Amino acid sequence: MANGLHLDQVRILKDGAPLIEIDTHVAPGSVLTIMGPSGVGKSTLLSAIIGTLPPAFELQGHVRLEGRDLLPLPPEDRCVGILFQDALLFPHLSVGANLAFGLTKGGTRAERRAKIDTALAEVGLEGFADRDPETLSGGQRARVALMRMLLSAPNALLLDEPFSGLDAELRGQVRDLVFRHARARALPVLMVTHDQEDADAAGGEVVRLG
Amino acid sequence: MKYLPRLPLFPLLTVLFLLGPLVAGLWGTILPAFGHFPAGGHYGPSLEAFRTLFDWPGLSAATRLSLVTGIVSALLSLAITALILAGWTGTRGFRVLERLLSPFLSVPHAAAAFGLTFLIAPSGWIARLFSPWLTGWERPPDLLILNDPWGLSLIAGMVVKEVPFLLLMSIAALGQIDGRRRMALSQSMGYGRIKAWMIAIFPALYARIRLPILVVLTWAMSVVDVAVILGPSTPPTLSVQIVRWMSDPDIGFRLLAAAAALWQLVLVIAGVGLWFLGEHLIARLARRHVQTGRRGRSNTPLRVAGFALGTTVSLSLLLGFLGLIIWSFAGFWSFPDLLPDQFTLRSWMRHRTGSLDALGETALIAGVSVTIGMILTIGCLETEERLGLRLTQRGMWLIYLPLILPQTAFLPGLQTLLLNLGLGMGRLPVILAHLVFVLPYLRLSLEGPWQSWDKRQATVAKALGATPNQVLWRVRLPMLLAPLLTATAVGVAVSVGQYLPTLLAGGGRVETLTTEAVALASGGDRRAIGVFGLMQTAAAMLPFALALALPALVWRNRKGLLNG
Repeated sequence: MANGLHLDQVRILKDGAPLIEIDTHVAPGSVLTIMGPSGVGKSTLLSAIIGTLPPAFELQGHVRLEGRDLLPLPPEDRCVGILFQDALLFPHLSVGANLAFGLTKGGTRAERRAKIDTALAEVGLEGFADRDPETLSGGQRARVALMRMLLSAPNALLLDEPFSGLDAELRGQVRDLVFRHARARALPVLMVTHDQEDADAAGGEVVRLG
Repeated sequence: MKYLPRLPLFPLLTVLFLLGPLVAGLWGTILPAFGHFPAGGHYGPSLEAFRTLFDWPGLSAATRLSLVTGIVSALLSLAITALILAGWTGTRGFRVLERLLSPFLSVPHAAAAFGLTFLIAPSGWIARLFSPWLTGWERPPDLLILNDPWGLSLIAGMVVKEVPFLLLMSIAALGQIDGRRRMALSQSMGYGRIKAWMIAIFPALYARIRLPILVVLTWAMSVVDVAVILGPSTPPTLSVQIVRWMSDPDIGFRLLAAAAALWQLVLVIAGVGLWFLGEHLIARLARRHVQTGRRGRSNTPLRVAGFALGTTVSLSLLLGFLGLIIWSFAGFWSFPDLLPDQFTLRSWMRHRTGSLDALGETALIAGVSVTIGMILTIGCLETEERLGLRLTQRGMWLIYLPLILPQTAFLPGLQTLLLNLGLGMGRLPVILAHLVFVLPYLRLSLEGPWQSWDKRQATVAKALGATPNQVLWRVRLPMLLAPLLTATAVGVAVSVGQYLPTLLAGGGRVETLTTEAVALASGGDRRAIGVFGLMQTAAAMLPFALALALPALVWRNRKGLLNG
């Protein structure tokens, strides 16, 4: 059971009062969906796994990824990728530079450029490297954000209502794209949503909080 | 979490640079005030200095001037600001006024005061405009308008400079209190525009701009440069007298100056106390009045008054600025002509060396103090972020302390302390003294943009493997380029405008545009005043132009950063 993302008897307390309790395992390539009304602390759970829990909260239990204990590590060493409702591309960098920011270090300039171009081509955005992110459509931004995250070679993927900002038609496309890439890389995925359709499309286990 | 508990280096250094000179200055004031001044051969304690002070025949007039000009300036500035806001927020006229006034926020007090003298002096533009056809004056009348014994022109000078300050502070604060819906609600219940604003918005706004108002109050009570230019001279205001005593060749006068500095501190504390009492009384009266449910539907006279006052303030600043320009290029200009006979570069040529030297000194001092200030401020903000600290209300008071404490209370002490320790005065002490006033403004102008930055950007960057330092340098600072440059420009404007810290910590030997300009006040050479006043204004305003232009240039291909 070393594979995948383990949440072992995780309890999050806010100012001493229990907020969330969860004990579960997400296998590589599968999706665990967490549902519940706003305010039950779904996003708090994600920030606990990422390592950006605000000081008012306290985390008990263990979070293990590929056998490593995550909690003692700073966020940048956890190898956990996250996508939010907004693409959150860095507005001061070009699309290519955003991807380069994500891309793991190493390689010559040409090799890195090639990887970025391949990644763009993979999501149908050939030749977008020099574009200003602000000039992209919502769907294009979501795809760049996905590739930026994947280029950083994460071991797990967290989704914080990632499709809520997209209109109905795009929503399905982007969702399929994200799940397809996650499955292809055998990433354990933890998705927080309030949309039943997202949960159905994910096809995995559903946990309801609150 | 396994983060090493880091020593909060930046906050500690900032508090040291902020409070160090303050505490040292107060200490350096208290000692000689009680007769202890080894550098001058005086050993205390004794009450001799206070005895001399209370025997000085000008004391009661100076005390009265300080209290009256301070409180009246603050009251008028607040009232005009409130009237403009109550009558005109949300209208097109208001936006015009706002655009007209914001560039003048950075104009140094001295330059604004000189501009006003060119308007209201007996030989100024207003007199010229109505002469001789209305007044019959063929020569400038012998009227005591500038430096009047009641301090009226001093009050006018302060109001003209402080209304834009309070107005822009208010506009920033109004964004946080959802004024539009409060107004809509009150007006829907039948309240007139001004009354609705006064009841539903003013109390909430006042709570948010209370510290800036106290800055205006204590600044107006103890200002030196504006009082030298516009204030009465025999006797002058207490603060001007303190500076006169400080610069007396007889070093023994420093004891008297120190005693007077403590008296000035007592006055300012009394002034703030009176102000608090006034707040309390007005709040009580207002609460009782609200109970009556009167709707206050007749708004027109008050709205007209607000518009007239706002226009007067803007025009004074605008025409004053124009006056500086014209005088600096004026050839022969006789009364009552509205414009000089010819324009010439003679004044600029004559003062070329002097003004360029002063500009270099000004730029050096501003550059170093603002650089140190920016490093400390960004260091503080980032440290607080990483340690999960937030600026408390008490922390806010700490930041405002150097702005609220009268400069004349602790800067003379800083000089006597330097003398006692055998340390020289000069450029370095001036830079450190400027830092005391630059730091608060840097923090105040960065606080909002820093906190409202979307922290999910940092989360994303960290999840992509960026360390906290990389997040700071590669994501946060580039994204905040525009507010960082604006803060820098604010810091430069603050440093450029400093008169007393430069004069006292520099021992009169550090000559910046501001000290040179104020030194010209007594001579009355208007062409020289025009040159130095204009250079001073340009030195304070140009950085703002750069702060606007640079991000637009650097991020010309990044739409996401151009519109806020």
